[in-house]
Amino acid sequence: MNTTKELSVKESKIAYLLRLADDRLILGQRMSEWCGHGPVLEEDLALANMALDLIGHASSLYAYAAEIEDEGRDEDHFAYFRDDYEFTNLQLCELPKGDFAFTIARQFLFSSFSYYQYQQLKEAKDEQFAGMIDKHFKEVKYHLRHSRDWVLKLGDGTEESNKRMQDAFDELWMYTGELFYIDGVDEMMLAEGNGADLLSFKDEWKKLVEDTLTEATLSVPDWDQFMMTGSRTGMHTEHLGHMLAQMQFLRRSHPDADWK
Amino acid sequence: MPNTQTLHTEEQIWDYIREVTDPEIPVLNIIEMGVARSVDIDHSGKVTVKITPTYSGCPAMNAIEKMVKEKLEEKDIEDFEVKLDFSEAWTTDWMTDEAKVKLKDYGIAPPEKSVNDDDFLKSLSGTKIVPCPFCDSFETELQSQFGSTACKSQYFCNSCHQPFEHFKCI
Repeated sequence: MNTTKELSVKESKIAYLLRLADDRLILGQRMSEWCGHGPVLEEDLALANMALDLIGHASSLYAYAAEIEDEGRDEDHFAYFRDDYEFTNLQLCELPKGDFAFTIARQFLFSSFSYYQYQQLKEAKDEQFAGMIDKHFKEVKYHLRHSRDWVLKLGDGTEESNKRMQDAFDELWMYTGELFYIDGVDEMMLAEGNGADLLSFKDEWKKLVEDTLTEATLSVPDWDQFMMTGSRTGMHTEHLGHMLAQMQFLRRSHPDADWK
Repeated sequence: MPNTQTLHTEEQIWDYIREVTDPEIPVLNIIEMGVARSVDIDHSGKVTVKITPTYSGCPAMNAIEKMVKEKLEEKDIEDFEVKLDFSEAWTTDWMTDEAKVKLKDYGIAPPEKSVNDDDFLKSLSGTKIVPCPFCDSFETELQSQFGSTACKSQYFCNSCHQPFEHFKCI
């Protein structure tokens, strides 16, 4: 997709914040689908807690984007009143939750990527942004520890759990290419001292993933296989629209409703 | 126009918000928790209280904000603002020692000092030992990293056979 339109610093910053926020809202919404359906009580709580963390991260990032935008909109606008092509989350985040192995594999890929991304973003020049990220970062560490533990347990578990874990990574692999998609928005933010240099940690991230899979007696799929593209410019799988329909329905039906 | 609000000093405001306790851990007030960050009174008498969330998705935050507002209203302060401050990330290191003792007495294992990032990836395989808040035994095991609230994890004590919660250190 061609994004030749030159964005101003302000527009880039809003776009950047929305990408970060969309990833977290959409993944958080997917994880919340486990609430009441977890394999054991502890995991039900864990998944719901992480969903809450992610939605919390999204909320603060959306609120900040709205503040910069300064057009009188708030975080609810971004969450509830945009259509699928306006969302710029990774396709990885919008895929249906699948079985527990699939949810865990996705969570591990996303949390480990976020770990490196946030490690850089928390040093951003913009203090308000950096403070926000620093807080999220602490929680991401728990998410990474949790998902990594499960990859090891299930991968190096029974024949059935190993197969499910392997299937999950095999299916998710073609969605990992987009993690390192870079365009003018990233470059602008990096130049402003408020972005993460994705390529600088790509090898380190791959090594963490490879080491974990190997320790879990799983085979590492081919990094050079076909990779999906387009999500950062609004191209999505068919799953996002269905999810938004469910997530946004109530708010759109009662746009002026207020908590009393 | 002169304002009666100048009658309140910053110290008094601190005393008022000391009466606001964490809705999920009622033995601690929001100063001991490190949630109340600053109190300012400007020349016109307007009071600004800054609070910071513990965990991003913590539902107690809205409740705390509301409780602080109600407390200030109850003390007849009219011109005030309660601001959410994100500039510094909350850490369990801000909890006072007194608060940690209270937590333990309440049956929640308090957080220890937070570790820096360099150690994190290396420490992924290791598990730390959290002493039981009831019998002080080190024979405990982690049941889940996530508990009844975002800030707590679940442990089991193999000495006194009690489940207990640990306030995660962040």
